[in-house]
Amino acid sequence: MTAAETISAPDALSTVRDILARHAGEAGALLPILHDVQEALGHVPATTVGEIAHALNLSRAEVHGVVTYYHFFRAAPPGRHVVQVCRAESCQARGADELLAQAEQLLGCKSHSTRADGGVTLEPVYCLGLCALSPAVMVDERVHGRMTAGKLAGIVAGWEISQ
Amino acid sequence: MSATTLYVPCDAAALAMGADEVASALRSACADAGHAVNIVRNGSRGLFWLEPLVEVATPAGRIAYGPVTPQDVPALMAAGLLQGAEHALRLGPTEAIPYLARQERLTFRRMGITDPLSLADYEANEGWAGLRRALALDGPALVKEVTDSGLRGRGGAAFPAGIKWKTVLQTPAAQKYVACNADEGDSGTFSDRMTMEGDPYMLIEGMAIAALAVGATRGYVYIRSEYPHAVATMREAITRATAAGFLGDDIGGSGRAFHLEVRKGAGSYVCGEETAMLESLEGKRGIVRAKPPLPAIQGLFGQPTVINNVITFASVPLILARGAQFYCDHGMGRSTGTLPFQLAGNIRHGGLVEKAFGVTLRELLYDFGGGSASGRPIKAVQVGGPLGAYIPESQWDVPMDYEAYAGIGAGIGHGGLVVHDDTADLSKLARYAMEFCAIESCGKCTPCRIGAVRGVEVIDKIRDGAGREQQVVLLRDLCDTMVNGSLCAMGSMTPYPVLSALNHYPQDFGISVEPVTA
Repeated sequence: MTAAETISAPDALSTVRDILARHAGEAGALLPILHDVQEALGHVPATTVGEIAHALNLSRAEVHGVVTYYHFFRAAPPGRHVVQVCRAESCQARGADELLAQAEQLLGCKSHSTRADGGVTLEPVYCLGLCALSPAVMVDERVHGRMTAGKLAGIVAGWEISQ
Repeated sequence: MSATTLYVPCDAAALAMGADEVASALRSACADAGHAVNIVRNGSRGLFWLEPLVEVATPAGRIAYGPVTPQDVPALMAAGLLQGAEHALRLGPTEAIPYLARQERLTFRRMGITDPLSLADYEANEGWAGLRRALALDGPALVKEVTDSGLRGRGGAAFPAGIKWKTVLQTPAAQKYVACNADEGDSGTFSDRMTMEGDPYMLIEGMAIAALAVGATRGYVYIRSEYPHAVATMREAITRATAAGFLGDDIGGSGRAFHLEVRKGAGSYVCGEETAMLESLEGKRGIVRAKPPLPAIQGLFGQPTVINNVITFASVPLILARGAQFYCDHGMGRSTGTLPFQLAGNIRHGGLVEKAFGVTLRELLYDFGGGSASGRPIKAVQVGGPLGAYIPESQWDVPMDYEAYAGIGAGIGHGGLVVHDDTADLSKLARYAMEFCAIESCGKCTPCRIGAVRGVEVIDKIRDGAGREQQVVLLRDLCDTMVNGSLCAMGSMTPYPVLSALNHYPQDFGISVEPVTA
């Protein structure tokens, strides 16, 4: 996620232009473009929406509409770590609601938000497909099954050591 | 001395239990002891409570150990893991584990046995046999074979695949498409994810056969963003299959083209609805389209499009390889073949159970699942994802077949079973169903967009006890509007979990009157 912090606005625009060039002529390319932008910049900055719209011959409103429609796309950079707690029925049957509350306490930030120091983003997700090992979480793209508050605390302790 | 082969799954569920750490512990322990080993990262057998499940190839077949942690590795090595020797974690020959031995694995027959990305493994295990036969048949003959098999859409709607394909075949167009719906968003389901991570060529082969059948030259696999491992494996598999000539400009030297591409979703549940998925593939918000026109006539970019779920396409290679009759020999009534049931939630032995239609919920819950994980009595089972009904014990002996389930006001959907023990509050789960619909509604039609919000409010009032009787009438009326007035299954099926909870568990809503039967 450090990429998001170090790339300045002009660099972000040139990154987006490279991505747009790679997808030139591709049918229905908006989602693949937004995925690439978010992968490169950590989020989809509002300042790049006009550039994307222009390249695809769409209005800014159409691109903005797509960015905001999908839960996956971020309008602001996430924290250095991202913790996703599955809230779907299978995980609820194994205590996911309690786990999410414990995660809020442990991480010091509310669900759907990024901690003030930018250390972590906590968000609910609806199904990681690990339903036989509920409750499941994903931490920085790594999946974990049968999660407990204690195991999560261990993962968080690992971040502090590595920093 | 020749190298011993060890298997450590690469399925996301195995990784979630530490399979990578186990593989590296095994690698270094073997190196330290001077043993030559070949560690294959296979798919998962689907016995998830035993993951990471390590297997060793012995002259007597593959022997399983599990669940293995990195800390177990030294003791396992000392006990003679590489010879398949005794140890507390030894489960015996993998194929003889009752959970696996009692299944009817057709679609999942290679799962966990092969290296998912090995073309040689795939070929050696009946891979491409269906495509080779398909290349010798014309479109109508292929469609007939699939129609004769009785294969119905495994995504949830259970529409006969052959009829859909026939419509696309008979609709003239310069460009046709095949789109695979891999937006497996239902809680309690993971068979699509396992297929893409554990046997990706099977899906590719099924889609290629569909393309040949209807005359499509382009295809997309729409995979949800919550499945990064499946996205990566499918992309690599497509690259390799293209290089080997099973995809591309000239499939198997036939001169016919089929180009396949992975498209990643972006966290929208409703994009699992086929027309919302088409909008998303076209680069738009995932807003549901009105039908007609059917996607088979005007689908992706306005062109005729075959849309099926992962398991539907994955069932096709076997049907072609062994014939429609072989497939029909499994199942019951109009529900032919098998379904990979997925045991999830509060269940002791969670995992994948492929069985012919006709198995009962009770068999799945107890003979396979071993009861609840908590050890408490099972109270309710939600069958078929967040839009599926909660099934009470009185209905656990109903055979799982599409018609029998429709008869009790439920659906089998994608075969996911989410188990809840007696601590579950069904009014809370009913509220959650409405809340989920409110979050995920695409917003196009009013019954879904507004109805779900009102539904949460009404259930809150019922739970609070304010004018309860009146609110229950209101909730039933609201559900009726949603069922009959919504544009797609999101709004029209959300009442399934809500009403089944209300009908079968009225006490959880504070209702002490005689329960109303469904």
